Amino acid sequence: MIERTPILNTITHVVLFVGFLASITPFVVVAIAASHDLVAVNLVPMPMLPGGHFWENLHTAWTTADLGPKLVNSFIFAGGVAAGKVLISAITAFAIVFFRFPGRQAIFWAIFITLMLPLEVRIVPTYAVAADVFEPYRTILDVTGLNGLIESIAGVRLDLKFGLLNSYAGLILPLVATATGTFLYRQFFLTIPDELVEAAKMDGAGPIRFFVDVLLPLSRNNVAALATIMFLWAWNQYLWPLLVTTEPSHATAVTELKQLIPNVGGIPEWNIAMAGTLIVMTPTLVVVVAMQRWFVRGLISTEK
Amino acid sequence: MADISLRKVAKSYGKTSVVEALDLDIHSGEFIVVLGPSGCGKSTLLRMIAGLEEISGGEIAIEDRVVDRLEPRERGCAMVFQNYALYPHMTVADNIGYSLKVAGVPKAERRARIEKVAATLALDTLLDRRPAQLSGGQRQRVAMGRAMIREPKVFLFDEPLSNLDAKLRVQMRIEIRKLHNRLAATSIFVTHDQVEAMTLADRIVVMNAGKVEQVGTPLDLWNRPASRFVAGFVGSPPMNLVEATIAADGAGVLADGTRIDLPEHRLARDAAVIVGVRAEDVRIGPAVNDPRLVLGVEFIERLGSASLVHGRLAGADFVVTAPPALAEGAPEGLALTLPVDRLHLFDAVDGRRIETDASSVEALPIAFETVAAPAL
Ligand SMILES: Nc1ncnc2c1ncn2[C@@H]1O[C@H](COP(=O)(O)OP(=O)(O)OP(=O)(O)O)[C@@H](O)[C@H]1O
Ligand SMILES: [Mg+2]
Repeated sequence: MIERTPILNTITHVVLFVGFLASITPFVVVAIAASHDLVAVNLVPMPMLPGGHFWENLHTAWTTADLGPKLVNSFIFAGGVAAGKVLISAITAFAIVFFRFPGRQAIFWAIFITLMLPLEVRIVPTYAVAADVFEPYRTILDVTGLNGLIESIAGVRLDLKFGLLNSYAGLILPLVATATGTFLYRQFFLTIPDELVEAAKMDGAGPIRFFVDVLLPLSRNNVAALATIMFLWAWNQYLWPLLVTTEPSHATAVTELKQLIPNVGGIPEWNIAMAGTLIVMTPTLVVVVAMQRWFVRGLISTEK
Repeated sequence: MADISLRKVAKSYGKTSVVEALDLDIHSGEFIVVLGPSGCGKSTLLRMIAGLEEISGGEIAIEDRVVDRLEPRERGCAMVFQNYALYPHMTVADNIGYSLKVAGVPKAERRARIEKVAATLALDTLLDRRPAQLSGGQRQRVAMGRAMIREPKVFLFDEPLSNLDAKLRVQMRIEIRKLHNRLAATSIFVTHDQVEAMTLADRIVVMNAGKVEQVGTPLDLWNRPASRFVAGFVGSPPMNLVEATIAADGAGVLADGTRIDLPEHRLARDAAVIVGVRAEDVRIGPAVNDPRLVLGVEFIERLGSASLVHGRLAGADFVVTAPPALAEGAPEGLALTLPVDRLHLFDAVDGRRIETDASSVEALPIAFETVAAPAL
């Protein structure tokens, strides 16, 4: 499209630039703060030129908060959540779009409604289940009296206990189901022409073959987009990892950042805290930059 | 090669019936064209044979084997879709060979067969391209290749040429017919284009609103249309259809009172009929009897080899084929003669053909000598 709107062009550029400044400033402040020593960072106002203690601060932050293993945990956690979400949402959307079965619509809406129940809202029951996976089933057994029945027949009382606290499974599984992902895939699958499905049928491909050979390759942009978003989202999760990991061995980098935040009355080492923040932020930046091309394509359009 | 027989095959979506109790026998090796207007159930019929659509009643047998409950892949049919439905992420070679891959054919054999099919369709140089990098005609050939490679017993085509431009369509039409002559697999070809149907088919099945109107060779349809619908659908321009009532002496009386001679018939007096006559069968020039039949000329289509004179005759639209020279002097009224032996009669109520003595007159016999084709 050819347009000649110099005034509009100028305005849009100004707006873009303001937006850019608004989003970059906090990063710049963090980076500058991370380069000062204890005294300089606590001056009011803080000097706006970088100081010379950058690498030193990074090193201190790294060792104090033990960020190495924590970053590994974060990668496992965020990677697991992203992979799980991509897989589960692809499969659920596949079922909902390509199969006719009773209750299909109901199931779709049930999934859709979970959009209204983010983790924060259902955190207590989720925690209860993670702490004791079989509790709901035990309750059902008890309430229905089935347990008494089993006891009288088998002579043993069913007492299943299986907790997920302080484990990767506990970190990942409760976050894996995702209505957003299912929805994204559903919209994409709906654009697949019926004739393509039928052509695959005529070629003798069953549902799994079709899924693997046709749907997955066609939706690779979606996979990239969803995986990126979900990786970032999981990486930045705070509440859930904080709750489910009580031991430092499974803590994630984001929750461990609080080790670096100065306590009230403690030494105000904000330079170290900011250095730690930079370290924790870097992987997400790398992921966004690396995935950007796919990611944008997956969100805006399907391949021609 | 397969015999296909449909027995009382029906399809309905809820209460709407799309195909009604359809009977059809297709001989092995035959090229059948299913012809009908949009929405008459042609695709539905084809998809029921392919197994992509469940049938609501009746029975379909391929080679004496009832296939109603079989999956598409077990029926031995291959299909060419209207929009080709190529896999966009696969190369031409992978598209053509996908069914073999699914069937677990080893890679080397697969490659050999892909190359053979590609050579037949002149696709050899395009094997590594993606569908998006092909022209419409090339995509169409890939779709054909994908169907051919399985060496199916039955080829199903759902308007495979409708997305091509006019010239390519004619060319592909010839290719398809040649291919059929070579492979001799039973083919069912769906189209709403009557020229395609006439040129391709061994036999044509004319469908209308979910029912079969007529099954016959192209010439059958042309010479003895079984119903008013077939008469109006087959042929370009379509057959002229004029309402008439039968007079006491057996002649026809048009809406404006003009009398025309009809072929010998057994209709009662005052019976309402439709008189059909093809544009090229009408003779220009007055007949001996009076009052004369005059066409009120509205406009003239000049085709070069002939001109089509459109106008109204006794309140009905009417077309006459005229020599090109006539177009120049464009008269306002044109005296016509309807040759008695070229008239078709149809029941005005149910539209069925009424047999007359003219019905027995087939296409005028032309004497010709059979000459051996020159060696190439
Ligand atoms: N899922 C459906 N539910 C209800 N009616 C349907 C459904 N699919 C098709 N139909 C109806 O069935 C009729 C026949 O459809 P079909 O696709 O067989 O037509 P067609 O002869 O192939 O037409 P065209 O030449 O336009 O492709 C149409 O009137 C259509 O509205
Ligand atoms: Mg159709």
